[in-house]
Amino acid sequence: MIDKDQYKVQQEPFYQQQKNEVALYEAAYRNRLPVMVKGPTGCGKSRFVEYMAWKLGKPLITVACNEDMTASDLVGRYLLEANGTRWLDGPLTTAARIGAICYLDEIVEARQDTTVVIHPLTDHRRTLPLDKKGELIRAHPDFQLVISYNPGYQTLMKDLKQSTKQRFTAFDFDYPDAALEAQIVAQETGMDETVAAQLVKIGGVARNLKGHGLDEGISTRLLVYAATLIKDGVAPADACRMALVRPITDDADIRETLDHAVDATFA
Amino acid sequence: MTETVYQHPLMAAYWRQLDTRFPQVEAVFDDVMAEALAVLTRAGLDAYLEAGRVIGKLGRGVEPLLAFLEEWPSAAQAVGESALPAVMALIQRLQKSPNGRAITPFLQTLAPVARRLQSEDQLQHYLDIALDLKARTTGSIHGHHTTFPSPGLPEFFAQAPGLLAQLSIAGLGNWVEYGIRNYRGHPERQKDYFSLQSADSRAVLQRERHGTLLIDVERKLDLYLRGLWQDHDHLVPYSTAFDEIRKPIPYYDKLGIRLPDVYDDLILPSSPFPHPNPLPEGEGEKAEPKPIEREAGGEGRTRPSPGASHHPLPQAGEGKTVISGLDRYRAALAHIVGHRRWSDAQVADNWSPFQRMAVEFFEDCRVETLLIRAYPGLRKLFLALHPKPLETACDPETTSCLRHRMAMLSRALLDPAHGYIDADLLDTVQRFHAVMAHGESSTKEIAALALNYVAKTRRQSDQFARVHFADTVVDYRDDNRQLWKFIEAGDEEDAFDEPRKIEPGEEIHGLPPRHYPEWDYASQTYRPDWVSVYEALHPHGNAADIDRLLAKHGALAKRLKKMLDLLKPQDKVRIRYQEEGSELDLDVALRALIDFKGGATPDPRINMSHRTDGRDIAVMLLLDLSESLNDKAAGSEQTILELSQEAVSLLAWAIEKLGDAFAIAGFHSNTRHDVRYLHIKGYGEAFDDDVKARLAAMQAGWSTRMGAAMRHAAHTLGARRADKKLMLILTDGRPSDVDAHDERLLVEDARQAVKELDRDNIFTYCISLDPKADEYVSDIFGRQFSVIDRVERLPEQLPQLFMALTK
Repeated sequence: MIDKDQYKVQQEPFYQQQKNEVALYEAAYRNRLPVMVKGPTGCGKSRFVEYMAWKLGKPLITVACNEDMTASDLVGRYLLEANGTRWLDGPLTTAARIGAICYLDEIVEARQDTTVVIHPLTDHRRTLPLDKKGELIRAHPDFQLVISYNPGYQTLMKDLKQSTKQRFTAFDFDYPDAALEAQIVAQETGMDETVAAQLVKIGGVARNLKGHGLDEGISTRLLVYAATLIKDGVAPADACRMALVRPITDDADIRETLDHAVDATFA
Repeated sequence: MTETVYQHPLMAAYWRQLDTRFPQVEAVFDDVMAEALAVLTRAGLDAYLEAGRVIGKLGRGVEPLLAFLEEWPSAAQAVGESALPAVMALIQRLQKSPNGRAITPFLQTLAPVARRLQSEDQLQHYLDIALDLKARTTGSIHGHHTTFPSPGLPEFFAQAPGLLAQLSIAGLGNWVEYGIRNYRGHPERQKDYFSLQSADSRAVLQRERHGTLLIDVERKLDLYLRGLWQDHDHLVPYSTAFDEIRKPIPYYDKLGIRLPDVYDDLILPSSPFPHPNPLPEGEGEKAEPKPIEREAGGEGRTRPSPGASHHPLPQAGEGKTVISGLDRYRAALAHIVGHRRWSDAQVADNWSPFQRMAVEFFEDCRVETLLIRAYPGLRKLFLALHPKPLETACDPETTSCLRHRMAMLSRALLDPAHGYIDADLLDTVQRFHAVMAHGESSTKEIAALALNYVAKTRRQSDQFARVHFADTVVDYRDDNRQLWKFIEAGDEEDAFDEPRKIEPGEEIHGLPPRHYPEWDYASQTYRPDWVSVYEALHPHGNAADIDRLLAKHGALAKRLKKMLDLLKPQDKVRIRYQEEGSELDLDVALRALIDFKGGATPDPRINMSHRTDGRDIAVMLLLDLSESLNDKAAGSEQTILELSQEAVSLLAWAIEKLGDAFAIAGFHSNTRHDVRYLHIKGYGEAFDDDVKARLAAMQAGWSTRMGAAMRHAAHTLGARRADKKLMLILTDGRPSDVDAHDERLLVEDARQAVKELDRDNIFTYCISLDPKADEYVSDIFGRQFSVIDRVERLPEQLPQLFMALTK
């Protein structure tokens, strides 16, 4: 038997609610509706799912999707043993069996024919046919499927099929507003709020440049990194350059503008 | 000579020494001698009078002598008396050449030039440039000895002081060099160039300027506006170079933000203390209006005068602080953004000009306080650029001190460590901060404060005509025209861009020309906006002709088709069932092993490999349609044009089958003013009858100005979104044009165009039909070319070449 507890989220992850998304997610879960979480990188999508799993007390199985992933990587495959073969469940099958929340992170990175295997689990059937094994799994009553993707940087090639999209309820995430984000950075790192607010301000500068040479603004995650460095005793301007400016761009003009913003903020 | 008045015997001796009889000279002689005596040494004076005597005897009238007598003492003061022989040498050279007429303008501007240059060495460079210009532009026709004076030389001397205000001596050299090179053979244009009348003269001047040019930092400033201020607008440069009397100030209106075209770096001598400098500073105390040293535009910026910029930067350490031109632009933009965010227009009619000025100063400080609140680092920048008037600098008994008071207050409102002690000022500063402590305040509230301050500190002397200007101009601030609304029409605003005159002329057909620079290899610079390219639709012919051509090459088309099928994009990324591959395909491998254990023959194809195979190519085919295409191809009955037509049709057909985005255009030129770029197929068009009709009508004529056509084609191709961009150039000869006498010029220009395209990620490839192409084509395209010797095989080779390139 599979150990359910290994998938449980043990400690409460820090998550700051932006609007009423926690209540909405709870409603979706009560009715076992599949959920899609959209938003730019580092805005807290994965953290939110983790937090919800903790709050609902359900195991969470996370799969980071990639282009080489095949359907059998999700569903499972036969393995060889000394005296025959053995079936090994993939993460999706495991989640459906034990009643976990299955979280497919960055779903569009997987090839479209791979993602089709989740279809029967996401409508009224809630089943997963294992054709190679000749088994039909009926999903555990606690099972729920959650996917995330970042609509920002995908090309036309990488989009979800309409038939996939229309099986989910969706949350559209964005970076929290400045005050809230400062609070989050402060909470997460123990940094005092004024410095956190200054970091958030620099983050905002970069986000304003999105589409003018930047594909993505500075994420909350990077702001937390910067705060962590400052907390460790790095000079604020250096920390910002290292954690906020250098990672996101190679464009000299943008780098210079952001450097200027750093200097203007940490006067 | 009416010698009725008493003349000092010494003066009479000097007069004899000068040995001249011009009455005009006599009229001013006492005055110029007074100045000369004050400035020159004994020996210098003798040399001065001797030089004057020589100039007087040149036989060129009184003008040169008058100019010399008036200019030399002050020139000598700037560069030293020892420079006189060099000056005289130049005059002799001019006198001996047909350029005697240039002596007067040379002498007339000598003093301002000398003041700019400030050293004998520099002056020598200036004289050398003038001599070079003289030597190379003095004309001779068909072997006659020099008989025509240089048309540009007098103009050059007349412009020299203004030029040197903006250019270093090296920059001046480059500017002159450009003029000589391009207008040596064209007297009228040469005159226009050296008198700064022609557009490219100004453009080259602009390029040689010192400082930070707006066009160079425009993107950074745009990012700055968007990023830090969530604002954006057109940044419109205005020229600071040609408006000597009134220097324009930044402003904004509904058409955009106007900024000076150039800001020089500002070098601030920093002081260890942020307190007002107690040392008496000569210039700072002079009450006369300071000339434009601090004004936008950077007159003499590299050598800041003490009165202009003694504001210690609070955090500055030792040595000098440099405020970069970019930071000055940022300060100006931030200030304007502040107004756009927080200022409301006030009705101006009921307030006096003084009151309005005070309101402007207060409002400027209010928005800057709010800006600093948003980005505390701006305080340092603003304070570095803000003048710091000494409290005692203005004498209210003799001078109108209003500006001085306002500038001090403005400083005090921004600088916590201002150190002023005036009670009214301190009180007002306190009230200002009290008001601002509650929030953003408003223009109205601040205006009330300003009026109150003006009323409290009013003095009779404020009305005086003599106004204290030193250290009161804050040059990053805009002219506040948006702060006022007038109920009655006033005459106070004026725009310094001239209203555009639209002259009724002949109606323009087709698209307006686009201008492109051309590379001048000799000076290693671009000639700005040199070539005019007119784009037009290619005329139509009969589309069926092309279909017939394609039918004629049916066999070839079939062969091509086979090659095309191999090239066709296939979306498959993962290739399974491979005996050899990069990775084990686990599922297949397991199946094979199960088969094996079960006693069946296992499938050996248990590997998989990967291939990225999407084709995302944009192609531009550029056809040289110059006259030489009408020649018969060697060993063929067809002209090169006809062969090209067949080849291009086949290629177009092939690319269409492949599905790559592609466009066709032709070009030819008739001098730089008329480069024609003929649109045959655009990216959005299919290879249909319209396109075929245009191809069918292909005609050859004129010359080959390749660089301009490539730049124009790159303009379209560069805008495509594609992984790979390919520009194919089909040509039959070297780049040349009737107005380019130097045959290397256009070759080098084309080479430069290839480099530019390369920088923009456009891959250029040349297909040359010129059997002698080896001499030059690799100079232009490096190794990216093929020469097709047997032109009759072009239709076959072109598509194959394309496929080989894009495989």
